[in-house]
Amino acid sequence: MEALDISLVDWSRAQFALTAIYHWLFVPLTLGLGIIISIMETIYYKTGNDEWKRITQFWMKLFGINFAIGVATGIILEFEFGTNWSNYSWFVGDIFGAPLAIEGILAFFMESTFIAVMFFGWNKVSKGFHLASTWLTVIGATVSALWILVANAWMQFPDGMHFNPDTMRNEMVDFWAVLLSPVAINKFIHTVFSSWILGSAFCVGVSAWFLLKRREKDLAMKSISIAAIFGFLGTFLTVLTGDGSAYQVAQKQPMKLAAMEGLHEGKTNAGLIAVGVMNPEKKSWDDSVNPFLVKLEIPNLLSFLSYRDFDAFVPGVKDLMNGGFEKVNLDGTKTKALSVDEKIVRGGLAVKALEEYKLEKKAGNDTLAASHKEVLESNYNYFGYGFLPDKNHVVPNVPLTFYTFHLMVMIGLFFLLFFPIIWFLSRKGILEKQRWLLFISVLTIPLAYICSECGWIVAEVGRQPWVIQDIMPTFAAVSNLETSSVKLTFTLFAILFTVLLAAEVSILVKQIKKGPESINQ
Amino acid sequence: MKNPLYDVIRFYYDGFRDMKLGKTLWFIILIKLFIIFFILKIFFFPNFLNSRFDSENQKADFVGSQLVERGKTDK
Repeated sequence: MEALDISLVDWSRAQFALTAIYHWLFVPLTLGLGIIISIMETIYYKTGNDEWKRITQFWMKLFGINFAIGVATGIILEFEFGTNWSNYSWFVGDIFGAPLAIEGILAFFMESTFIAVMFFGWNKVSKGFHLASTWLTVIGATVSALWILVANAWMQFPDGMHFNPDTMRNEMVDFWAVLLSPVAINKFIHTVFSSWILGSAFCVGVSAWFLLKRREKDLAMKSISIAAIFGFLGTFLTVLTGDGSAYQVAQKQPMKLAAMEGLHEGKTNAGLIAVGVMNPEKKSWDDSVNPFLVKLEIPNLLSFLSYRDFDAFVPGVKDLMNGGFEKVNLDGTKTKALSVDEKIVRGGLAVKALEEYKLEKKAGNDTLAASHKEVLESNYNYFGYGFLPDKNHVVPNVPLTFYTFHLMVMIGLFFLLFFPIIWFLSRKGILEKQRWLLFISVLTIPLAYICSECGWIVAEVGRQPWVIQDIMPTFAAVSNLETSSVKLTFTLFAILFTVLLAAEVSILVKQIKKGPESINQ
Repeated sequence: MKNPLYDVIRFYYDGFRDMKLGKTLWFIILIKLFIIFFILKIFFFPNFLNSRFDSENQKADFVGSQLVERGKTDK
């Protein structure tokens, strides 16, 4: 058997995580702030008030800095697919390739065409055409995100494909099943709405800084009047779609849900943990150590949110490992859940059948090949389990998933209160006097980024070890490279992205300090 | 008669010429693209399969054998 250095898998994962986390620092501000400037320009278009033009141009400049620094950082992820995750890339090429190709074409034509009009077109094209270009830039960016998120959602819930053992590829048989899967739809709208929160927090935070400095009061108050409402709308919709996402996780990735809630022992009438401290002494899912040192639970809520039934049974890590509980399938039928051991046996059958199919096919024994193919297809839903060296690999990092999930929810709830309070005080004309609140408003900028990144950590760490849920684990997907070369590229990326981030922050801070007076370039 | 192509070229030309902060941003974008495409891509991120195999069949066989080998775990 080929010896695969396990640290290669860890370094390749770390490299992808680093790149994705840095890339995601730029994207949500583009999506969120983009809508805000479009709204501001719409007001200018409607009212003809030049103050709104000045405000729009100021925020547009900050949008442009973020866009310029962030553009193309996502391409590195595609390089990594081809170099570090070549088995995966080949295995999913057909399905992953289509959305990414559409994304590339859309991003290039829509964003790059209209963004030029947005920045160069003031006073050169009509107000209406300029406004349309601004909206189309942000719509283009949002639609680009759709395709990336569709590809990611497919990895979480592979649907609409058929595995072809001759080409070793999953081939798309139903484009609409891939595009309109409930996981994809929820993931897209949840991610976009959460980006609205970040854009609003940025806008409110920078405006609060102006108020703290007793500068640009008109710009700050007008900006807050838009961003606070938009931020509240974004938060409300994020909470709503977050519920939809969690419901999908409960149906399709129950281990992730168990990790999100630190639920080791399944139960009916399961409560949702509001706050909790996990027990560091809990080393394994099957030891008898209590997973929590302290926790505060909302009774029955986890059962309801997971299955829309307060009495429903929510399986914990132990139940999912041992199986045997009554499971409601996606088609509504009920079956006894398989244990991970049973899934490993089925996965092993699938992998063995693939090997024998290939051998018989090469020998020209088509009848035998067909019977192996049948075994492969009937066990394909567990294909990934055939690669697991140890069943414990199916348990993700529970504390990391639990804490990032709860941090994300807590920050989200904070925003649900924060934006209405800011809006109310600004309407009453007393926000300026609440300097402590202005200070908190500035601090909400990093808080929004933490919240956004936590969401991705929950989504990606919570589904480990799967690159494609149940079909392919990370250690089957990774290319057999030298670990040292991955360590080197990890370091290079860390340096490159840190320099880019430092450049972005320093240019942004300089432009914010400069203020909107010098915007007419 | 006005030439629409000339207008478009003029639009971009004037836009780039009048940039202030934009010049710094374009400098950063170009440096970044150079690093990404001419250093990282060429020296550190060759396509693993394309750099080893010519045909689609060879790539499929290689991935198939990799997966079969990795499936032979001691469980």
